[in-house]
Amino acid sequence: MSNQAIIRFEKVTKQYDEDPPVLNDVSFEMERGRFYTLLGPSGCGKTTILRLIAGLIEPTSGKIYIDGKLVNDVPANKRQVNTVFQDYALFPHLNVFENVAFGLRIKKLKKEEIKQKVREALRFVNLEGYENREIKEMSGGQRQRVAIARAIVNEPEVLLLDEPLSALDLKLRTEMQYELRELQQRLGITFVFVTHDQEEALAMSDEIFVLNNGVIQQRGTPTDIYDEPINRFVANFIGESNILKGRMIQDYLVEFAGKQFTCVDGGFNPNETVEIVIRPEDLEITPPEKGKIQVKVDSQLFRGVHYEICCYDQQGTEWIIHTTKKVNVGDDIGLYFEPEAIHVMRIGETEEEFDARLEAYHEQGVANEG
Amino acid sequence: MKVRGRNIFLIPYMLWIIIFVISPILLVVYYSFLDLDGNFTLSNYQTFFTPVYLKMTLNSFWYAFLITAFSLLIAYPTAYLLTKTKYKQLWLLLIILPSWINLLLKAYAFLGIFGTYGFANAMLEVFGIGKKQILFTDFSFIFVSVYIFIPFMILPIFNAIDKLNPSLIDASRDLGSSAWMTFRRVVFPLTIDGVKSGCQVVFIPALSLFMLTRLIAGNRVITLGTAVEQHFLVTQNWGMGATIAVFLIIIMVLIMFLTGNRKRGVL
Ligand SMILES: Nc1ncnc2c1ncn2[C@@H]1O[C@H](COP(=O)(O)OP(=O)(O)O)[C@@H](O)[C@H]1O
Ligand SMILES: [Mg+2]
Repeated sequence: MSNQAIIRFEKVTKQYDEDPPVLNDVSFEMERGRFYTLLGPSGCGKTTILRLIAGLIEPTSGKIYIDGKLVNDVPANKRQVNTVFQDYALFPHLNVFENVAFGLRIKKLKKEEIKQKVREALRFVNLEGYENREIKEMSGGQRQRVAIARAIVNEPEVLLLDEPLSALDLKLRTEMQYELRELQQRLGITFVFVTHDQEEALAMSDEIFVLNNGVIQQRGTPTDIYDEPINRFVANFIGESNILKGRMIQDYLVEFAGKQFTCVDGGFNPNETVEIVIRPEDLEITPPEKGKIQVKVDSQLFRGVHYEICCYDQQGTEWIIHTTKKVNVGDDIGLYFEPEAIHVMRIGETEEEFDARLEAYHEQGVANEG
Repeated sequence: MKVRGRNIFLIPYMLWIIIFVISPILLVVYYSFLDLDGNFTLSNYQTFFTPVYLKMTLNSFWYAFLITAFSLLIAYPTAYLLTKTKYKQLWLLLIILPSWINLLLKAYAFLGIFGTYGFANAMLEVFGIGKKQILFTDFSFIFVSVYIFIPFMILPIFNAIDKLNPSLIDASRDLGSSAWMTFRRVVFPLTIDGVKSGCQVVFIPALSLFMLTRLIAGNRVITLGTAVEQHFLVTQNWGMGATIAVFLIIIMVLIMFLTGNRKRGVL
């Protein structure tokens, strides 16, 4: 069965000593041939998940399946998984060729075969002709490619990448983002990519798992997660957000900032207290009388592509706006936004509850239309 | 200005080297060309290449080799386990501690332990094996020497293993190596410099051991060190003693050169 999940976690918990668990009851599935990103702040358990998949550590409880087989008792060296480590972990006593050949030599392949596979892998990462270089003679970006070549030469079913781009400068990082994405598509294997950089995650992934405190907060495609963050943490972590307290009057009608607005969300209890997310780039600057909300400009920062403007409304609530228009500090301006720009979040809602509500609400919507 | 300032600080060091290192070596070389009556001669060097001394040289090498090998065999796993313990620096200190005690004191302690009425023989009795001659054997000589040298072997190996980036071991496992393969292909090659330093600091002094050869080995083991001592203190043939010393110095320099550490960047 080829459409079976390649990796499956079932209620996996990892705990060190008496510390609070690093991963708490994590369950997920990953499909074959897709690009997954684990996104979350430092210390949230991203590396721990990778090490559990690789077999470098064992779960405290729960089950891990690779390719449908329970692998809890399978050691790292017996798993069809390879890792690109955060610090690359290249062997300093071996040159580039021997680093890449390491896994093949363990498997005792024939000399000629090793030579050919290593050359192919190095060509894949654009490092032809670097075979005899020492590791210390390679730049950061080149080392990273060697680490990738060393992993993919073993033809793993899953490639794990632990923040492989974090040590590179911005330009090289953007370049490598394209290259990695392309590499994944050429190889057609599953990538599990770890990062704390939300832009990177949005740019590269088929699917993102947002993690915090050892729990998966939300999973979905980049646009899903960006457009429909399920809670304050995700909204804050994925891009900048204006998060406001509000009240859901009824379906499609929400109250915040002292006014009522039509929106596209539903499925809440009448008068339920909610949180509202409006992305800074969804706010449009208008003359005060034309805006849905009136604010006073407090400060303005030039961010290169756009201005980041900080305003306050009459209630003293802060509004962040991203715009290419320039305004003057102290100006009174209006803010306009479409009903679609309002994202309503139920407070303390888990991912399952969110999915269930969305489903129920959609079914209801379809029933109403029909 | 800067360079001149640094030169001033070098003066005490230079003086030390000249008085305590260079001039003694020159003196040794000078004495090696004198016969018993103080006349210039090359006969000491001819004597050194006679079977008696060559055999003694071989003997010294053989015992130094055994001592180094056993030290390494015990020190490597010990150092490895030490790096895995929780209070590794404390454990290391405890292991290093005995090396601060005078060598003679330790030798005399072993005289007691290995003697006919000592602890070792008492234990042999208990196990029904009966008393054995332990003192004045090759076994006791090597045992005590290894005991004395082992801290010097553990220290550099411990440092090398401790410096090893643990993610290299993860990487090796990830690429399919068993624990043994990881040791052979990653851990050992990356700690070889520590092993070399350890072998140096054990092999070289072991080559010229002399007190232990008499106390523990009862002069059954004659090394170059013993010969030097005998020539200076007993036969008063300073010329021959100095000649052997010259060869010891040459051998030491050669060993240092051969096991010299090529510095490798450890990522
Ligand atoms: N060997 C360990 N012993 C104790 N705690 C650990 C160990 N490894 C990781 N942790 C803890 O687990 C948490 C998650 O770590 P990690 O998965 O490396 O986070 P991330 O990769 O997301 O930054 C951290 O709080 C870290 O301190
Ligand atoms: Mg990490």
